Amino acid sequence: MKKVYLISGGVTKFAKANTAMDFRAMVRDAYDFALAAVPSLDPAMIDGSVISYFSDHFSRQLMAGAMVHDFLGLCPKPSRRVEGGGATGGLCIQSAYEDIASGRMKLVVAAGFETMSRVNTWKGNEFIALASDTNFDFPLGGFYTGYYAMMVARHMHEFGTTPEQMAMVAVKNHGNALHNPFAQHPAKLTVEDVRNSEMVAWPLTRLDCCTMSDGAAVAILADEETAQKLCDRPVLVKGVGTGTDCMRMADRPHGEVILLPHGKKEDYENLKYPGVHSFRAGRMAAKLAYEQAGIADPLEELDFVELHDAYTSSEIQTYEDLGLCRYGEGGDFVERGAPFMEGIDYGLNIPEKGKLPVNPSGGLLASGHPVGATGIMQAVFALWQLQGRIGKFFGDDTLQIKNAKRGLIHSHAGTGTYVAVTVLEAAR
Amino acid sequence: MKKPNKKIRLPETEEGGTLFNLDPLIVKQHYEIDYLHSYAQDSPFFAGLAKGVLLGSECRNCNYRYATPRKTCMYCGHETEWFELPATGRVHTWTTCYYAGEVFLKETPFNLVLVEFDGVDTLFLSRLVGVETGEISIGMEIRPRFLRNSRFKATDVYFVPAAPDGEEKK
Ligand SMILES: [Zn+2]
Repeated sequence: MKKVYLISGGVTKFAKANTAMDFRAMVRDAYDFALAAVPSLDPAMIDGSVISYFSDHFSRQLMAGAMVHDFLGLCPKPSRRVEGGGATGGLCIQSAYEDIASGRMKLVVAAGFETMSRVNTWKGNEFIALASDTNFDFPLGGFYTGYYAMMVARHMHEFGTTPEQMAMVAVKNHGNALHNPFAQHPAKLTVEDVRNSEMVAWPLTRLDCCTMSDGAAVAILADEETAQKLCDRPVLVKGVGTGTDCMRMADRPHGEVILLPHGKKEDYENLKYPGVHSFRAGRMAAKLAYEQAGIADPLEELDFVELHDAYTSSEIQTYEDLGLCRYGEGGDFVERGAPFMEGIDYGLNIPEKGKLPVNPSGGLLASGHPVGATGIMQAVFALWQLQGRIGKFFGDDTLQIKNAKRGLIHSHAGTGTYVAVTVLEAAR
Repeated sequence: MKKPNKKIRLPETEEGGTLFNLDPLIVKQHYEIDYLHSYAQDSPFFAGLAKGVLLGSECRNCNYRYATPRKTCMYCGHETEWFELPATGRVHTWTTCYYAGEVFLKETPFNLVLVEFDGVDTLFLSRLVGVETGEISIGMEIRPRFLRNSRFKATDVYFVPAAPDGEEKK
């Protein structure tokens, strides 16, 4: 396989509604942003594109990917759409990676979008819930927050995780986003603010959940020769992993934990896994990505993580799947402050602040979640971190992690149905 | 060449359009559709609900028992057989939804439960009726009830506490 590099990226400002641009114009905006960052790239060099968006219902336009490719001026070159629920953007990056790794292409555009403002929020929730089994799960309420609430209720029962620990995730991610000009919901919050906001599905409040967004993101990937030629600070795609699980969470097994290199079987003697408290797909994706990247202990070997925090609860569950701590310790991990940024005052007493920043950008909770763009947005923010260019693109270097060498991005679909994990590393 | 007939006009109605905004121009588009939806291989499950019977599926090759219909076993690929789920189960996990997808908003608040059954390897998703949020706990015994007038949907079955006050005395 050929080495694959991320060489540029661009995003739109994420917003509840961007009615001034349709999906094509939004992607074009993010694409022009990405092109501007690599001035020696002549678009004629581009071999093709991979386009991602989640739901045909939001845009009510089939083959919207073809329309985006057209709007970028890339016809008649190869293109395809990639879709996988919430993991759509992460899968798009991995699909573009495959184009380069296989030798089929040298320079590829990965572009994603979602325009969710075209229907009201509750119709939007209904559309999203169509990504659950429509015979057995959807008719019960058509509501993903309900599914995640049940999963974390079991996590609380199994491990003693608390709603206050979950609220700390919201405090962190909204607080980080105060320094990200592309973010949709920057806010200085307290644990009480989160717990006192409206209950959506017990124990998840409105501030425990991400919201609907309009937005687009573009990443440009290249082989080694092209990357060296076009980019002064290319970032190596060091490892990719993808995992899956049953669509109906009711069908998931209650068996043995899948161990990471640093995990021990004896830690989990009485744990039935994954049940509905953990994401087996996330663990599988991490395992494969770590194996390819040669990572033995992610907590020590990663400098930051951008993960799919559609809910505060799923961020805590994901710490565990990624092996940043053991299963059951996710609540404690956030309570000790490990995933917080060192240079920000959150108004919390957190002794281990800065150990391994998670969602320095603000994540989905605060940056926004235009589904098809989200996983690509994570790749773009991670690229800027590893290039040391957060200050340049954010106009504020508070969120720049000093000497960031290696980062992980995590994109998650369904109730943990598809998960894509990609490890990125600064190449120089 | 004939002269154009100026009297040719498309017949028009007075419907007009619904406008939300002028710049950019935002208009209302309506969309609805009826599907001819087949439950196909899962039909016996839904027919069962109409008869007051809750069916799971079991693999007699590897003895794995599913609390949901699965035509073939996910472990060995053998075709499964229908079996009747136990008369009572327990709350494996739960929530109360105060919001929902648009078509379900009018039903809020409602409780969702994943039900576990003795001797069955997987769970079943349903609504729990007749209890308030504060009264639900993981492990509580519950049993299925069925709509009298079937709608042939997963909501034809719902769960209630196994022994609601007074119920058993009648
Ligand atoms: Zn079997």
